[in-house]
Amino acid sequence: MSSEREQPRRDDRRGGQGGRRFVRARKSCRFCADRVDYIDYKDTKTLGSYVPERGKILPRRISGTCAPHQRMLAEAIKRARNAALLPFATD
Amino acid sequence: MRVYEVLFIVAPNTEEGDIETLVTQLSDVITNQGAQVAKVDRMGRRRLAYPIGKFNEGHFIVLTVEGTGTEIAEVERRMRVNDAVIRYITIRIDEDLKRAEKFRARRASRVRATAGRRNSRNAESVLPIGEEEEED
Repeated sequence: MSSEREQPRRDDRRGGQGGRRFVRARKSCRFCADRVDYIDYKDTKTLGSYVPERGKILPRRISGTCAPHQRMLAEAIKRARNAALLPFATD
Repeated sequence: MRVYEVLFIVAPNTEEGDIETLVTQLSDVITNQGAQVAKVDRMGRRRLAYPIGKFNEGHFIVLTVEGTGTEIAEVERRMRVNDAVIRYITIRIDEDLKRAEKFRARRASRVRATAGRRNSRNAESVLPIGEEEEED
């Protein structure tokens, strides 16, 4: 899960130009695995791993977070931004 | 009853004592209106993710308030007037907590159901699976 995240690739469907096939471990929701019911906006350590360099919210397609948890996460990140715990944008 | 989290950031050049008096002042405002301060969480001095005014740091304080909602207006007014408070946000959390509680209950019942099924199938004892962790 960690190694794919740096380099998101879409060519994992199989049937590329023959030869090498990428076998990828299925991405899964970290919050479901940890049985998180509520994502706290003050928990910058957790939120930080879903906010890459630029300050944007990491999309589900890359992190593998499930839809209900992604909604909670987005809400928490937006709250944290207003509380100056996370940046709105960084360049 | 509603539960709110009032987070506010105090300017870094404020004395420790002044912060304490501010916290007790705000707590008094809340209790005078018939609400309770369930928890005071001093997160301490932290770096701000972006500068607010001319400050790059601030003291973060979180009050957990149980009340009707009317006291929040007064607390926010006080903080708006006070120059030492450089940022405040209030978040209503009782609905989120209720939802979290519902998920937890559903999961617990599901665990019980599967454990029961397994018990009936083979008569050996099943270890408790899916122990719940405490939040916050």
